[in-house]
Amino acid sequence: MIVIDHLTKRFGKHTVLNNLSLEFRPGTVTAIIGPNGSGKSTLMKCILGLVKPTEGSVVINGFNALTDVRCHADIGYMAQIARYPDNLKAREVIDMVKGLRERTADTSDTLINAFDLKPHLNKPMRTLSGGTRQKVGAVVALMFSPHSLLLDEPTAGLDPVASQQMKDQIEAAKIRGAAVIITSHIIAEIEELADRAVFLHEGMVIHEGSVSSIRQQLEVLR
Amino acid sequence: MRLLKYVLRDISRGRWVLLYFLFFFAVTEGLLFFTAGEAKTIVGLMNVVFLLIPLASIMFGTLHLHNSRDFIELILTQPVRRSTVFCALYLGVAIPFVCSFLLGVGIPAFIHAAAFSPAIVTLLTTGAALTFVFTSIAFYLGIVINDKAAGMGLAFILWLFFTVIYDGVLLVITVMFQDYPMEQPTIAMVILNPIDLARIAVMLTVDYAALMGYTGAVVQKFFGSGFGVMLSAMSLLLWIAIPFGVGLRSFNNKDW
Repeated sequence: MIVIDHLTKRFGKHTVLNNLSLEFRPGTVTAIIGPNGSGKSTLMKCILGLVKPTEGSVVINGFNALTDVRCHADIGYMAQIARYPDNLKAREVIDMVKGLRERTADTSDTLINAFDLKPHLNKPMRTLSGGTRQKVGAVVALMFSPHSLLLDEPTAGLDPVASQQMKDQIEAAKIRGAAVIITSHIIAEIEELADRAVFLHEGMVIHEGSVSSIRQQLEVLR
Repeated sequence: MRLLKYVLRDISRGRWVLLYFLFFFAVTEGLLFFTAGEAKTIVGLMNVVFLLIPLASIMFGTLHLHNSRDFIELILTQPVRRSTVFCALYLGVAIPFVCSFLLGVGIPAFIHAAAFSPAIVTLLTTGAALTFVFTSIAFYLGIVINDKAAGMGLAFILWLFFTVIYDGVLLVITVMFQDYPMEQPTIAMVILNPIDLARIAVMLTVDYAALMGYTGAVVQKFFGSGFGVMLSAMSLLLWIAIPFGVGLRSFNNKDW
């Protein structure tokens, strides 16, 4: 469960997030949509503790996300662009993240097979294609079966097979009871994956509800 | 420690660390082979070492922090404190470069049986300290300046300031105020530049400070005393600790 309460972020005079209050419930996939610069990435980063809000709070499974890094033990995050240390091998990146978590049980082997990563595990990250690096990012995000899953354009850069696998994993996480947050510009993908959508514009929620209601809102905006 | 292990592995496998080692090895071996007398060799080596170490440390440190932004974001979403991440990144960059330098200079010096002379030991110690100093400054720049080109540019200007401009300014001030007793202000100004501190520490071990006239004698008297050595060491440590501390604070408060 992720609870955002009166969240505001200003960069100098520019208000990127303006008094947002949202809840992301277990077993629900929420899509955050909006035009470029609407505050989607900043909202994601505030939840992850990467950006410190000017006002307001973020609580994840009872932990204050802004001060308590323990909440990260139950979060999976996949960035839009996957860049890793050039000279580490894919296997080492996965092992490193395992080492940083206190939990020992993981599903990395299953995910490595699912995303067909086995042939690439012993290659340096710099030699892998963007799509393969994205698959490594997917394994890292999903391998601890987290209760909060944040995916920034999760299928961008993935081939059709891996993209479908990613969608299956999101569905499985939802059934497992995870609160899943995705950002995407592909409306068809949002309709396929999300139960609920939040439309952001200039840092404010201008619509929140079912994906079909968001589609109607988009038609009105056109 | 777990994170440090992987950062060390990444940096150590890079070609820059190997090139850095080979360069120091070749320069030291060349100087020891072709230059007669230890003092001349040490001064020649010192001129190369105290130019290259600050340049390589500040440029590579700044570049590495900029290139690692996405990786840092990934690590910060794991259950690890920001200060732990900062320390692991800092040591992960500084340690491989210190080791490359120590081995690059130390191996030829050992082969030529100069390894345990006070001059070589001082050169190795101050060279290692300068790596930590300029990596600290580089990390601070890499954190507070978001634009890579601007960060690299400022890193280069700072290197130029500490290696060339500062000594020029010091010289101008000394000449302008030559009618006044300048020994104590000179000592103060030397302390304010880590490269000058390191240079004087090495010069004292080869007795070249005696060639610098009266001021040199005063400087030698001060920095050669127990208090002077302690103050120099403390100053170098502060040169590591202050940019590191300011960088750590900026890292902890930064919006990624």
